[in-house]
Amino acid sequence: MKRRPFLKTTLAASALLLSGLFPFSAHAADTIKVGILHSLSGTMAISETSLKDMALMTIDEINAKGGVLGKQLEPVVVDPASNWPLFAEKGRQLLTQDKVAVTFGCWTSVSRKSVLPVYEELNGLLFYPVQYEGEELSPNVFYTGAAPNQQAIPAVEYLMSEDGGSAKRFFLLGTDYVYPRTTNKILRAFLHSKGVADKDIEEVYTPFGHSDYQTIVANIKKFSAGGKTAVISTVNGDSNVPFYKELANQGIEATDVPVIAFSVGEEELRGIDTKPLVGQLAAWNYFESVENPVNEDFVKKWKAYAKAKNLPGADKAVTNDPMEATYVGINMWAQAVEKAGTTDVDKVRDAMAGQTFAAPSGFTLTMDKTNHHLHKPVMIGEIQDNGQFDVVWQTDSPIRAQPWSPYIEGNDKKPDYAVKSE
Amino acid sequence: MTTALYRLLFALLLCFQWSSSYAGDAADFSAANSSKQAKLLQAWAAAPDAARLPLLESLQNGRVEADSNKTPFYKTDTGYQAAEGGDLEPVGKLRKLRLNNRLRGLIAITMASHQLFSTDPAVRLLAAQELQKSAKPAQLQLLNERLAQEDDADVSEALSLALASLQLIDSDPQVRLAAVRLLGETGQPLARVRLERLLADSNETDAAVRTAAETSLAQVKRRLMIGELLGQAFSGMSLGSILLLAALGLAITFGLLGVINMAHGEMLMLGAYSTYMVQVMFQRFAPEAIALYPLVALPVAFFVTAAIGMALERTVIRHLYGRPLETLLATWGISLILIQLVRVLFGAQNVEVANPYWLSGGIQVLPNLVLPYNRIVIIAFALFVVVLTWLLLNKTRLGLNVRAVTQNRNMAACCGVPTGRVDMLAFGLGSGIAGLGGVALSQIGNVGPDLGQSYIIDSFLVVVLGGVGQLAGSVTAAFGLGIANKILEPQIGAVLGKILILALIILFIQKRPQGLFALKGRVID
Repeated sequence: MKRRPFLKTTLAASALLLSGLFPFSAHAADTIKVGILHSLSGTMAISETSLKDMALMTIDEINAKGGVLGKQLEPVVVDPASNWPLFAEKGRQLLTQDKVAVTFGCWTSVSRKSVLPVYEELNGLLFYPVQYEGEELSPNVFYTGAAPNQQAIPAVEYLMSEDGGSAKRFFLLGTDYVYPRTTNKILRAFLHSKGVADKDIEEVYTPFGHSDYQTIVANIKKFSAGGKTAVISTVNGDSNVPFYKELANQGIEATDVPVIAFSVGEEELRGIDTKPLVGQLAAWNYFESVENPVNEDFVKKWKAYAKAKNLPGADKAVTNDPMEATYVGINMWAQAVEKAGTTDVDKVRDAMAGQTFAAPSGFTLTMDKTNHHLHKPVMIGEIQDNGQFDVVWQTDSPIRAQPWSPYIEGNDKKPDYAVKSE
Repeated sequence: MTTALYRLLFALLLCFQWSSSYAGDAADFSAANSSKQAKLLQAWAAAPDAARLPLLESLQNGRVEADSNKTPFYKTDTGYQAAEGGDLEPVGKLRKLRLNNRLRGLIAITMASHQLFSTDPAVRLLAAQELQKSAKPAQLQLLNERLAQEDDADVSEALSLALASLQLIDSDPQVRLAAVRLLGETGQPLARVRLERLLADSNETDAAVRTAAETSLAQVKRRLMIGELLGQAFSGMSLGSILLLAALGLAITFGLLGVINMAHGEMLMLGAYSTYMVQVMFQRFAPEAIALYPLVALPVAFFVTAAIGMALERTVIRHLYGRPLETLLATWGISLILIQLVRVLFGAQNVEVANPYWLSGGIQVLPNLVLPYNRIVIIAFALFVVVLTWLLLNKTRLGLNVRAVTQNRNMAACCGVPTGRVDMLAFGLGSGIAGLGGVALSQIGNVGPDLGQSYIIDSFLVVVLGGVGQLAGSVTAAFGLGIANKILEPQIGAVLGKILILALIILFIQKRPQGLFALKGRVID
């Protein structure tokens, strides 16, 4: 019974002693280490670099306010180089060598799946900031991006509404990997439940980095002759640029065939001339153009930070949804640590339940009591000629996430709380 | 029911004619919510009025803003002007009127029905063509009236086509018959759907109309088929021309000089970044001539990449001639250095290279076939570069020397050819041509540090398949691959198509290792 406290005090005493002996490690004891696991090179660098910078900015901000539990946060940045197995290796390094209290990282689902066993084995804590396909609920992960019912399904409902153009036929276009395939599986089941027949749904996949969309756009045109059509795009990364250029050049306009994208945000539009894209749609939980004081402040801070740190393209710095999710995630974790009074993973996990934070999206977001996902508002934005989005539709209040989509068979038996994956 | 509707419309029309100022429209529109706005637009489309044109035009250009009293204003180049006339000052903050896609579509229809009254036949023709796609049953009356008064033959034809799709539900079989026949004349994808629907519904009971509809449908399908085939051939050509531009530089550095140049892709990338730099310069110093920037970018990209290529050849590659493995590793290392350098200078993000207006959009050849301008220009440009390279290699002294050195280095040196200099120039030429390819690629795809990586494999495929050392081989291989890819893609999908093409190439190379075209004779060692 008394052994544990005793052990702890001796350990603490010896640690103190040691730190006295080695003045260099004295500094380290005063800080809490925070891991940042985003690709800074390779194909995903385009999207993930800005998340790393956003994480650093948030940490700076928390430190300026006095840190957490009176200690400064010390970021440990590693580069898994868009190499999925390397994510697991770097994750293990963060947990065992650097002994970080928490990790913020990953973008693609495949990278998250790669680090997941490591975090479950070593009881680490990972915050994942990107919208994804669901079908996962680990006690060692907090998901601050959207689940399918917080992005994909409301987006399709909008397209079927009068304002969205009352679409009757759906062209599902995606990059060939787990996220688009799972999302489209969910959407197909959802469309069936709304009475859309299989002949009115077309599903097409392209490889990563595909750049020749002539045939696909011609097929969209052909398909759209059969009735009001909408394209639901889960195309990821920079393939979006040639896709949108081809759409514009072949004369497909948003008024005829609207394209709604789940992976295109402000950051992706920076590489595109958006004039021919005006009116095309995207579904997210935050847009830079959202008007509220918190967001104004957030955008201003980010622009100032980009300029001060001289980040590439700082004069045109934009914020986007995963950046907002990173910002919210770090702040919520800091609040939870303050509440728990320790960085111990099990205690922080308990303290995370029910945490709230006034987010730049203009809503106060809540971490669900059981399912490790944020309650988020859903917004549909239209691309403007300046590369920003104009919100045309949004939910009145944040929606609770359903990581196990009811549109996938067998999910009704899955528990709505976190359990370790087998 | 319909007569009642006409009466209502007629009354509305009278109403509009009676009041000389149409003060209400803009204000009504800016005060309404989106579903009311849609209803307003639908009513306006059925009862056009010339006085409403400025409002519609401003809406289409996104120049209508409303102040905090919801009073509409037009944004002009100099300031704001009250939409209802007079010299009102905006109260509070002006906000752009929000439109969604549904409203934008309705505005286009309403605009078209207003333009039917234009005095310019060209404008009327365009309006009638727009209405062919989108006319609503409520506009039937209007279209009939305009057709009766139309004196221009082309516009009449376009109008009767627009009418035809509405007349398919007419109660008179004669009218339906005429409409069905007319629809058969078009190759429009929409006509096909409408005819199919007419035939599928069992409510078309008139036998004559049914047979006519069947013939029309077959006719439309045949036309659509032709358009589709042409479209596939064109996309094949277009993909081929892109492969060719990417591979042509490699056909010289690898094909003629025998250097396994893994940094070739980065030469494409540097060419694209030169285009970006030229564009930025134009934006800064000569924004009025911005449309010409791709033309200026061509020589710039050529010389920049050629200079870098020559510098590489002199410093690294020339020490490695005859050692292919070391060359491969060294050039691969160079490619990594160049990528990282660009990333440091320009950032990991893609940069924006906008198409000038003459490279955006496309030309409508058939109702279901649009040929994008940028692709047409790139096909022509690829052929131009091929001809230029051929002339350089076969009609100039440099070309003669290059060929001499490739065929027999020692003998050429004995005859007084400065082989070192020739190597350098030839490598520079290959890199410069890759730079030109980069300019073209920047107009259709992404410009980022990784641009070259996605083309290097394809380039090697083209050169190896075509036969090392042969320009004609590369040209044939590029177009062959492009067309084969585009024939396979719609059948089995982009992912499988790519795999199948790779497998076919491997089989082909197994059977014929020298590629499509091979140098014959004893010069080859």
